[in-house]
Amino acid sequence: MSMTLTEKLLARASGRDSVKPGEIVIVEPDVVLSHDNTAAIATIFRQLPTATVKYPDRLAVTLDHAAPPPTAKHARNHAEIRQFVREQGIGNFYEVGRGICHQVLCEEGVIGPGMTLLGADSHSPHYGWLGAFGAGIGRSEAAALWATGQLWLRVPDAMRVTINGSLETGVTAKDLTINLIGQLSSEGAAYMAVEFAGEGLARLTPDSRAVLTNMMAEMGAKNACMTPDEVTWAWLSETLERTRPQDSQERLDFFRDRALYPDFDAEYAIEHELDLGEVEPMVSCPHTVDNVRPLSSVARTRVDVGFIGTCTNGRLEDIASAAAVARGKRLKARLLVIPASSMVLRDAAAAGYIADLVDAGATIGTPGCGPCMGNHMGVLAPGEVCISSANRNFRGRMGERDAEIYLANPAVVAASCVAGRLIHPADLA
Amino acid sequence: MTRTAHRVWKYGDNVNTDVIFPGKYTYTVSQDSEELARHALEDLDPDFADGVRPGDVIVAGRNWGNGSSREQAVTCLVAAGVHAVIASSFARIYYRNAINNGLLVIECAELADAVETDALIEIDLAENRLYAAGEVFSFPALPEQVREIVAAGGIIPYLRGQV
Repeated sequence: MSMTLTEKLLARASGRDSVKPGEIVIVEPDVVLSHDNTAAIATIFRQLPTATVKYPDRLAVTLDHAAPPPTAKHARNHAEIRQFVREQGIGNFYEVGRGICHQVLCEEGVIGPGMTLLGADSHSPHYGWLGAFGAGIGRSEAAALWATGQLWLRVPDAMRVTINGSLETGVTAKDLTINLIGQLSSEGAAYMAVEFAGEGLARLTPDSRAVLTNMMAEMGAKNACMTPDEVTWAWLSETLERTRPQDSQERLDFFRDRALYPDFDAEYAIEHELDLGEVEPMVSCPHTVDNVRPLSSVARTRVDVGFIGTCTNGRLEDIASAAAVARGKRLKARLLVIPASSMVLRDAAAAGYIADLVDAGATIGTPGCGPCMGNHMGVLAPGEVCISSANRNFRGRMGERDAEIYLANPAVVAASCVAGRLIHPADLA
Repeated sequence: MTRTAHRVWKYGDNVNTDVIFPGKYTYTVSQDSEELARHALEDLDPDFADGVRPGDVIVAGRNWGNGSSREQAVTCLVAAGVHAVIASSFARIYYRNAINNGLLVIECAELADAVETDALIEIDLAENRLYAAGEVFSFPALPEQVREIVAAGGIIPYLRGQV
């Protein structure tokens, strides 16, 4: 029976030869992710008769959503999490400053091709850029997984998005992604697997690929994925050599052995095609991600503050593109730059990008989620207009109901901060 | 007689979890029912938290609960005494969270067009039917495996009986 990549991943995770859409399967994920919500999950977990986590080596915990802690209450939350991590012997624990869960778990090789992750975080489809299955779950489900190692999932129908051609200069994977969400809407892939394919994909960098899978959460997808290729393997090889030199080759061999590929005749419920050459710079306007318009139609809108970061667009190429725009300029609007991980921060500093941004007047924050969901480190005031490289612009998202958030690619964010108005870098005087 | 009667709070399409329960509270408000209830629908409907009464239901359009995986977007409604959310469709993590926390979720596209806030409706779970505005609406039954979790009152009570 022919299967999609998602079906193959779920068949393996549920110990079956094959699965088909609509079936309910019991999966045993390789990784269960939680972050600042770990203490809350532990409280639920303690209501169960099991005293210890069944597979502590399958857990991964990061402190990233309110890190460093902005209040004593948040600090106590972190302290509780550290204690739980010690008690349960959880090895995959990443402290404040290491970065955002989705970036860190990829960099650390906690997850790779052919593996399955369930995460107490809605952007868990992220991992599909490596050819893995990732889906978001709730806190109670995470507690159940800690206790049993298992969870039920419905095998999703699949949508294939075939990408052809090349992006024009000044257009990025972010424009491509919000363009897609604008076309198909915030429920366009509800309950579905989104699988990316096509010759255009090969030309997208690893940093760009992760934007696509990460933001399929905004289209309602259960998971999103693509097939690992030479670009994926080169990134893994280079990155694992840095993060785990002691066993990088062994881990890479493990991933090569585990990698899965869709059957050529797999069935997709929906087929969608995109020509990269036709994508223009886009923005998501307040207050929904699928309220997508060409940047040109809202250019000149006043901007008070810009934010570059998050699991969607806080990687090295994002910061490089912002630095290229800001270099030698003086910002008219405030700009907050928060690298997605300590590795990104280190590389951005070494390349001189951080200096370019700071010289232009930008603020650099601790690697983590920053103000993305309104917790801390740059929340908005009433009436403020923010241009952000993040993934959500819902009302109140960045901490204040009466603020407006536009989503765009990082170079557009930087250019808009230079001008104090929404603008494409190519149009800067 | 298996019908139960409920007062309606009516909302539109694409109500996301940020307006149901703002993200700024997610790592400091988790267990305290009173505080959870106080922030319910804070950025959607400022009148809700004060006006909601135990047994009320929310009727909404498409894609209720899209966005974050935060479970408080469900538990704040449970804490506020909301009996059920009846929507044209639900975002997937919200739907799972609701089942796992014993919040009744019913998919019924027709009801959203038939009622407004303060309407009275009746739910018949045994027959999978809704009664409102002099009409009868049916809704699909949950899959067998999921019904067991709902019957137990959520995934934690369900597992207590299993582990």
